Amino acid sequence: MNHSQYRRFGLAILAWGITLVIFFPIFWMVLTGFKTEAQAIADPTLFFTPTLDSYAAVQGRADYLKFAWNSVYVSFGSTLLALLIGIPAAYSMAFLPTKRTKGTLLWMLSTKMLPPVGVLVPIYLIFRDLGMLDTRIGLTLIYTLMNLPIVIWMLYTFFKDLPKDILEAGRMDGASTLQEVLYLLIPLTLPGIASTGLLSVILSWNEAFWSLNLTSSRAAPLTAYIASFSSPEGLFWAKLSAASTMAVAPILIFGWLTQKQMVRGLTFGAVK
Amino acid sequence: MRTRASGRTVGGLRSLSLQAPAVTLLLIWMLVPLGMTLWFSFQRYNLLMPGMERFAGWENYEYLLTDPALWSSMATTLVLVGSVLAISVIGGTLLAVLYQQDFFGQGVARVLAISPFFIMPTVSALVWKNMMMHPVNGVLAWFSGLFGLPAVDWFSNYPLLSIIIIVAWQWLPFALLILLTAMQSLDDDQVEAARMDGAGPLAVFFFITLPHLKRAISVVIMIQMIFLLTIFAEIYVTTSGGPGLATTNLAYLIYIRALLEFDVGGASAGGVIAIILANIVAIFLIRMVARNLDD
Amino acid sequence: MATLQLKQIAKRFDDTEVLKGIDLVVNDREFVVFVGPSGCGKSTLLRIIAGLESASSGDLLVDGQRINDVGPADRGLAMVFQSYALYPHMTVEDNMGFSLRLAKVPKGERRAKVREAARILQLEPLLDRKPKALSGGQRQRVAIGRAIVRNPSIFLFDEPLSNLDAALRVQMRIELARLHEELDATMIYVTHDQIEAMTMADKIVVLQAGVVEQIGSPMELYHHPCNRFVAGFIGSPKMNFLPVEAVGSDERGVEVTLPGGGGSVVPVSGDGVVAGQSLELGVRPEHLLLDEQGPLRGRIEVIERLGGQTSLYVRMEDALVTITADGDVTNAVHDEVRFGFEQKRAHLFDGQGLALQGLHRHPLSELERRDNRARPDAGA
Repeated sequence: MNHSQYRRFGLAILAWGITLVIFFPIFWMVLTGFKTEAQAIADPTLFFTPTLDSYAAVQGRADYLKFAWNSVYVSFGSTLLALLIGIPAAYSMAFLPTKRTKGTLLWMLSTKMLPPVGVLVPIYLIFRDLGMLDTRIGLTLIYTLMNLPIVIWMLYTFFKDLPKDILEAGRMDGASTLQEVLYLLIPLTLPGIASTGLLSVILSWNEAFWSLNLTSSRAAPLTAYIASFSSPEGLFWAKLSAASTMAVAPILIFGWLTQKQMVRGLTFGAVK
Repeated sequence: MRTRASGRTVGGLRSLSLQAPAVTLLLIWMLVPLGMTLWFSFQRYNLLMPGMERFAGWENYEYLLTDPALWSSMATTLVLVGSVLAISVIGGTLLAVLYQQDFFGQGVARVLAISPFFIMPTVSALVWKNMMMHPVNGVLAWFSGLFGLPAVDWFSNYPLLSIIIIVAWQWLPFALLILLTAMQSLDDDQVEAARMDGAGPLAVFFFITLPHLKRAISVVIMIQMIFLLTIFAEIYVTTSGGPGLATTNLAYLIYIRALLEFDVGGASAGGVIAIILANIVAIFLIRMVARNLDD
Repeated sequence: MATLQLKQIAKRFDDTEVLKGIDLVVNDREFVVFVGPSGCGKSTLLRIIAGLESASSGDLLVDGQRINDVGPADRGLAMVFQSYALYPHMTVEDNMGFSLRLAKVPKGERRAKVREAARILQLEPLLDRKPKALSGGQRQRVAIGRAIVRNPSIFLFDEPLSNLDAALRVQMRIELARLHEELDATMIYVTHDQIEAMTMADKIVVLQAGVVEQIGSPMELYHHPCNRFVAGFIGSPKMNFLPVEAVGSDERGVEVTLPGGGGSVVPVSGDGVVAGQSLELGVRPEHLLLDEQGPLRGRIEVIERLGGQTSLYVRMEDALVTITADGDVTNAVHDEVRFGFEQKRAHLFDGQGLALQGLHRHPLSELERRDNRARPDAGA
């Protein structure tokens, strides 16, 4: 090996070493999910007979599915709503800009800056009075509003990338606004819309402030379910790991799929 | 030819109607709770004492500002935000440079390294608290045992540090993701030109890479700040703010006041302070994004 | 079948006035080219005609009917965009048939119309491809095909050749001229390239800073530019401008003192010219002649030999002039040369840059290109 090959080899070792350290807790969690409770608290080992007992136990508790369904309901429901409201708004900002557009965009961004704890009390009281505490609809609504600015921003940056000419050609060809959006804009920016949707799903799925504070038994999503393992009597590591693995796996995959595009949404278009 | 007045060229009106739902919803979402928080913060209002509500003036603020818990929670917040920022930005920048290099399995390594960002906070916190940091059965205890060192009881002895580690583990990958993406827009020609000018790897990092990342780094700092100021779930499932007030940050303090002590007035005053803090950061972030909108 | 009339069309974006009251008539079947430097407002004007932009004031009439408030698709126009603006997710056939699909034209008829347009443009083998699988020239033709399918009364072209390489541009220029002939349609064409304007137009509209500088046939603009801007913009290489001083004027024209002291008479009207007045002499490079006895002199700085002709860049006391000379001239760099110019082809501009009226009209400048063509219905 010559000098540069040594260098590359060393680099690979270093990078992989760091990667494994960062990823280790996730790896360990997945591994522990396949252990028995006794193995889970025994000395760490990579070699053991895997078992699906913990998964069976978690699945067996009928309420896991309920929590999972709540998570799916609120994250996909809120994403759909946000896209439905966000696409027309982003379309008009990207293709029919007025003097106010920039200000509107920034203002939308500023609503995202409002810390949730700052409005916890009123939201809690409003929800209590409207009977929306511990309801899926209530949480869905909160997540829609929480993600709407990000969704609009991200869509806006993707729409901006579409040459204006193409929509104008459509207009010359006689397309109405709705036809323009359905036949041209959506098919042409589908990858962008998909990653926007996925980011919104990820953010809602992992949200743990409103879900912990506004739901209890009926509408609680997985974040709240996992939190219930924090009580001392609930400390069954293998089951915690199995439940956690199931809770994070789909989102992890979504994240891997769209990591590059979602940077735009996370940074409000400031980094592409 | 039909002479239908289509109004399609009247951009302003059409644009307004398309944005109306989004704008209206966000306006309500912002103004109503904000107004109520402000209003409550001037009320004596405890859910345990219904019918006793009255105007309190600055009472809640006076009470809050003279409460040592507030100052301790502010300090905790600042330490938490500061250390996580330092770790994630410095670490993220160095790692971005590392992962940008060409090595075997680069793509897979990158994906694995950014994964913690996609893990829900309650899972991260519990996995770390139990399987990693448990003083008896945790991996870290086992690891120090290998070297004959005593196990550390992380959450009893270093509660805030433990929280910082967990939060940094979640947010370092965020910084890495953003900075890696920003790095990809760095022109290879620029680096090669610098090499031709005699710049070594360090000089390239300091004179080319770092200036190129400047904007992305500031975006990372500001966005993380907004989120880190109100870290909640990680504390909720691990320490519940304790021992004592050791890990109670502002967000958790407001939660205690509001939903455990039912002191609506006091919690709202705390909320106003949190909003003011977040806005100081937000102003800078929004300015920066605005500048970015122009080019 | 359409005559387009623009009356005092103006456009403001915020505080900037992009178009300042444009008056223009585009006759039926005419090929009109808007030409001007970038930012002159020519594209905005085209977009206003298309209906993609609304005029801030003024009227737009097609066959006498006001169309300001008619939607772009209902104006009976078709536009070919600079970027072609093909729909990337549709095949060539679907691209060309999209407007018909939106208009709910039955499939069979749609197909027939698309095929017909594809035949005219020799696109038949490409109908099933997506735009990404086409070359630049093919995309260009699809964009034109999409316009043809709509059977518009007026075709609009927004710098359609600017994304093609030089050779293809020449070829497309010829093809567009052929299409104009074959379709017998009114065409409005925007370009910044004066060569495209000269070669294709029946009528050129020169725009600058939102104002029409001159409207006329290519030969009229070349031989009788009405001001310094048009004189410099039309023709390649650019016209040379030399500072001169008026001595006097009579029926032969205006007598001027040239740089270096020589004198000459330029056959233009001397109305309002007083002795001693500063003027500018404009002579195109092809009308400067190397001549041992010529009244002008300078030193050659650069020589560009193109084979058939040679461009000499000559440094005079206070100007650099270009001379287009024969391909076989033997001069070398640094040579001192003397030269003169064809008086009847020279122009004089006053202090405001306005041309002094020529005493003789060039015979070709009155010629409408259209009259030149053998047309079956001509002379009716």
